[in-house]
Amino acid sequence: MALELFLEGDPIADTKAPTDVPIGERWSERKFRGKLVNPANRRKMTIIVVGTGLAGGAAAATLAEAGYKVKSFWFQDSPRRAHSIAAQGGINAAKNYRNDGDSVHRLFYDTVKGGDFRSREDNVHRLAEISTQIIDQCVAQGVPFAREYGGLLDNRSFGGAQVSRTFYARGQTGQQLLIGAYQAFERQVAAGNIETHSRTEMLDLVVVDGKARGIVVRDLVTGEVTTHVADVVVLGTGGYSNVYYLSTNAKGSNTTAIWRAHKRGAYFANPCYTQIHPTCIPVSGDYQSKLTLMSESLRNDGRVWVPKERGDSRPPQDIPEDERDYYLERKYPAFGNLVPRDIASRQAKNVCDEGRGVGPGGLGVYLDFAEAIERLGRKAVEAKYGNLFDMYARITGEDPYSAPMRIYPAVHYTMGGLWVDYDLQSTIPGLFVIGEANFSDHGANRLGASALMQGLSDGYFVLPNTITDYLSAGPFEKVPADHPAIVEAEEGVKAQVEKFLSINGTRTVASFHRELGRLVWDYCGMERTAEGLRKALDRIPEIRKEFWTNVKVAGDAHTFNQNLEHAARVADFIELAELMCIDALHREESCGGHFRAESQTPEGEALRNDEEFAYVAAWGWTPEGEPPVLHREALEYEYVHLAQRSYK
Amino acid sequence: MQLTLRVWRQPSPQVKGKMANYHLTDVSEDMSFLEMLDVLNEQLILDGEDPIAFDHDCREGICGSCGLMINGIAHGPEQTTTCQLHMRSFSDGDTIDIEPWRSGGFPVVKDLVVDRSAFDRIISAGGFISAPTGTAPDAHATPVPKVDADAAFDAATCIGCGACVAACPNGSAMLFTAAKVTHLGLLPQGQPERDSRVVRMIAQQDAEDFGGCTNIGECSAVCPKGISMETISRLNHDLLGALRAGAVPAS
Repeated sequence: MALELFLEGDPIADTKAPTDVPIGERWSERKFRGKLVNPANRRKMTIIVVGTGLAGGAAAATLAEAGYKVKSFWFQDSPRRAHSIAAQGGINAAKNYRNDGDSVHRLFYDTVKGGDFRSREDNVHRLAEISTQIIDQCVAQGVPFAREYGGLLDNRSFGGAQVSRTFYARGQTGQQLLIGAYQAFERQVAAGNIETHSRTEMLDLVVVDGKARGIVVRDLVTGEVTTHVADVVVLGTGGYSNVYYLSTNAKGSNTTAIWRAHKRGAYFANPCYTQIHPTCIPVSGDYQSKLTLMSESLRNDGRVWVPKERGDSRPPQDIPEDERDYYLERKYPAFGNLVPRDIASRQAKNVCDEGRGVGPGGLGVYLDFAEAIERLGRKAVEAKYGNLFDMYARITGEDPYSAPMRIYPAVHYTMGGLWVDYDLQSTIPGLFVIGEANFSDHGANRLGASALMQGLSDGYFVLPNTITDYLSAGPFEKVPADHPAIVEAEEGVKAQVEKFLSINGTRTVASFHRELGRLVWDYCGMERTAEGLRKALDRIPEIRKEFWTNVKVAGDAHTFNQNLEHAARVADFIELAELMCIDALHREESCGGHFRAESQTPEGEALRNDEEFAYVAAWGWTPEGEPPVLHREALEYEYVHLAQRSYK
Repeated sequence: MQLTLRVWRQPSPQVKGKMANYHLTDVSEDMSFLEMLDVLNEQLILDGEDPIAFDHDCREGICGSCGLMINGIAHGPEQTTTCQLHMRSFSDGDTIDIEPWRSGGFPVVKDLVVDRSAFDRIISAGGFISAPTGTAPDAHATPVPKVDADAAFDAATCIGCGACVAACPNGSAMLFTAAKVTHLGLLPQGQPERDSRVVRMIAQQDAEDFGGCTNIGECSAVCPKGISMETISRLNHDLLGALRAGAVPAS
């Protein structure tokens, strides 16, 4: 590896998981060994929680219930808008209500394997243990999960598993879980335990004497820049898929909070691990602002196919059965259409590259429900997937009951994020990171229905039990408003705002975002090569330079200015994109969602290199122009046998 | 297609707003309504004008951020969210009026953006089940009949967009409140707080600047999730029962 790309740093390791006891006992042992905070002292401590999605909302509610003073911040108009709301399919839990051989150990095993053996065993085992409590908690809150006629909870299957362990609420599971967390949150607002800051964006982290002590925020309505201090800071600010411009994320989803924390010293782990979801509605034009996901649950009953012959332009109904290639069923008979996401996406890309793609530009494959409608009846299909079919019809103007859907992969989730230890604490003491914003549980590929599980596990059950060990040394000394660290951070934020408004160039923020996104999609998307990544790394600094000299941002600093918000987010995406490409270039193996064309099996599957790359890449930030520093966390597998992943 | 847009422009709550005209050419019928506004905004930015502010986020019809009054109809001609409305619902040469939600309970922030925090306060008043983390029994401890679970789900699909308020001639938030009262009131877990919930939520709704409900039904007709008027009947039933049982709102 060329040395100019990055510097070697010291190795890094988690020191919190008690590895001297068996894995099934580590979580209870950690809770026992960690120090507690007595209820009278909790009232004296303030916790900042940024973000109100499943992780942030659940954490804020639970910490407030425990008696801490919580300050919550979010950029949307209401805490109920966080993008967790858009998750469709479901949430995994090892309840074994189906009596189909499920167990905590099997969920643990499936998740480690699904992550292509690049996640930390201890964290994943804890996630599997907690999964069952999450379902109990949500039912108690009134989350209306799907039920059977006997009144018990229904389940369905998801990719990467041979058991039915996914709980769901029609195609709106994320919405229902988030509303549950939001209601718990609002209950604590009413009780006076949460101070709320809506339409407020975190733009810097305040670090005092090496500890995270506050955040600098901008009020998006008035433009006012202020600092809030606390004993501890929690980020639940989601993932960074919007670095690709087109993704299934909400338009506002961004990397700014975690990126700016990274620039203050928090290591960024595995930035190149991004998930491309196989079932999204294909792009229709240049004006397109986002991509829409069709839940993976559709693959339970939908069959994926393309014509056997390349360039076959007949309408799907006119292509006879024996001239169709159900390529997932053919290549992966054991898992069929339910192979994990990374595999389904790459296979779709492969058949399209062969010229067998369908629809405009040949960038699509069919997801066909004809067989399911015949087997189950249209009514049953409607009951299961009605809202998804309606959404498809509205967006495309086509009827999926009479013709197969056209789907294509799209960026959906980022497994990378800020590095955290078993306690979910970053490399900055007092900065905890939860949910998609951290890197912890999904390795190089996340299985379906696992993001909701992780967000709620972190928010309801893990963080509230681990943060006490840190807070037991508190409350910490008060930070005065004129502390140099606060003044410096506030000045930096204000200066950046002024800079954006003063450039007055000739290109819009969105045009830079689109260009960056296209570049990252082409070279750091579904398939990556050393040559392509080098090209991207040549181009990104040029984009950054042009952005800072030629962007045109409308309006002023002291009113509601959405263009200014977007500018700050794109500035950070440009910097992150560079780190993603460096990470992707240095990892000369394929694993999960990171597919390096140079490293594949004869059958075209991802070929890992455990000898050299069985580690987490945690990157330290250095000022512009200097290469980032790589800290390796070795991954050891005590309980899961390292093997070439196979779904055949 | 070519369009004329007449858009409500209001720089801030303190300044009086007015309609402004914009002409757009080359609008594709596959564009979403918000993508059409994106195209206009990029043009405005390059021309040195202030782009039109509007709330939006997920753009897949579930977060409830977007909401525009389009030709006098909340979310426009299709019964869906503004982000899911596509330009194929309009014709070449159309003039389209675009306004913010109009209600005393939703003060304008800027242009098409309004403040809907009153909805959060209504939920805060009682739209929850008190189940602190860690206290839950096994999920199968209490079976819930499928019909009840399904009906609760239907009410729980409310996205809090506020179209019901914007469509109501009285500016009432009743459908929003009723959806939550129905969702939680149909589940066994929601029974202990059922009386106090409805009384408190209604008291908060009245304390905000919303009008009263006279069962007109415009709310349900524009609701992107099709929340039914039946929820309002359930709310009234619960409210009557609660008041007869002596429930009083907390002061």
